[in-house]
Amino acid sequence: MTENTVRSETWLWLAQRTSAIVLAVCIAVHLTTMIIAMQGGVSTAEIAGRVGGNPVWLVFYGIFLAAVSVHAPIGIRTVLQETTSLSAKRIGLLTMLLGLFVFVLGVRTILGLYQMAPTS
Amino acid sequence: MTEEMLEVSVWKGDAKGAFVTYQVRRQENQTVLDLVTHIQRYMDPGLSYRFACRVGVCGSCAMTVNGKPRWTCRSHVSNVVEDGRIEIRPLESLPVVKDLVVDMTDFFDKWAQAKGSFVPTCSRNDEIAAVSPTDKKRRLADAGIECIGCGVCYATCDVVAWKPGYLGPAALNRAWTLVNDVRDGGNDERLRAVAGDDGCLSCHSQQGCVERCPQKLNPTMAIAGLKRESVKAALKGKL
Repeated sequence: MTENTVRSETWLWLAQRTSAIVLAVCIAVHLTTMIIAMQGGVSTAEIAGRVGGNPVWLVFYGIFLAAVSVHAPIGIRTVLQETTSLSAKRIGLLTMLLGLFVFVLGVRTILGLYQMAPTS
Repeated sequence: MTEEMLEVSVWKGDAKGAFVTYQVRRQENQTVLDLVTHIQRYMDPGLSYRFACRVGVCGSCAMTVNGKPRWTCRSHVSNVVEDGRIEIRPLESLPVVKDLVVDMTDFFDKWAQAKGSFVPTCSRNDEIAAVSPTDKKRRLADAGIECIGCGVCYATCDVVAWKPGYLGPAALNRAWTLVNDVRDGGNDERLRAVAGDDGCLSCHSQQGCVERCPQKLNPTMAIAGLKRESVKAALKGKL
């Protein structure tokens, strides 16, 4: 293994562990909020009222999304390496595309929710 | 009184071999290695297997017994027998040479790849290094130095099975003992050897090695230590 590979593998490992720490906090906040919000059912108006135009939730879900986009592709890369005979290059490309796909979908969702006007 | 018999299935041939079943008399004090020796001496002189010390020191008699890798010389039949049957196969994840003998070349080559040899920093003309047995690093090294190189951890490790390049628990455990040896001077190079894709970062901490190690060592803990040191080295730009 070249020095570059050793270095990049170690950085990827660190990125995955660090994003996991961020995810642990984000998931706890997200689930707690969901459970509280779900009391007595949930409606579009309620969601819009909570996250629509709210910069705090925008930043929170932005961080959440960034962590997911880093964490998931690295993990899936490992799974593919261990369970398929695909080349390292192909696995790298596939998982990078996956990360990008998740990120773009996430950005659209977060911005869509932020732009939802709270109905009075 | 009828003699109690054991049904012992033993792998014969290379990777494409098959099991041959023998009836062996059950004795009160009997190890799995005793069974194999009995079969070879009295029933099938062509049976190949490896052993040397018979007392759990040399690490050469490991085999898969009823599905689990074990040191056969210290595995009592009474502890492993299931319904009067014992199945003995060669170790997993290593190429079978013949019958119960595997080719350990990969296993030991990986110790060398993991820079498992001591790199001296002093010569014979220097003072002898004074290392306190209670020193924290010495204790960490001591925790792992009793490895007998039997290959049980390597054969039980799923990551080895999935990624044939993975260095495996024993080689990484060895590297960790040297990382904690204050007399050793090869750590930068060693961390470069054990970080990365085929090294410590691939360990999933499943702890099969801890569960099965006949010496009750904890390679998972050693590998976790290597992960920490690798990341520190990466942050310092040493990798």
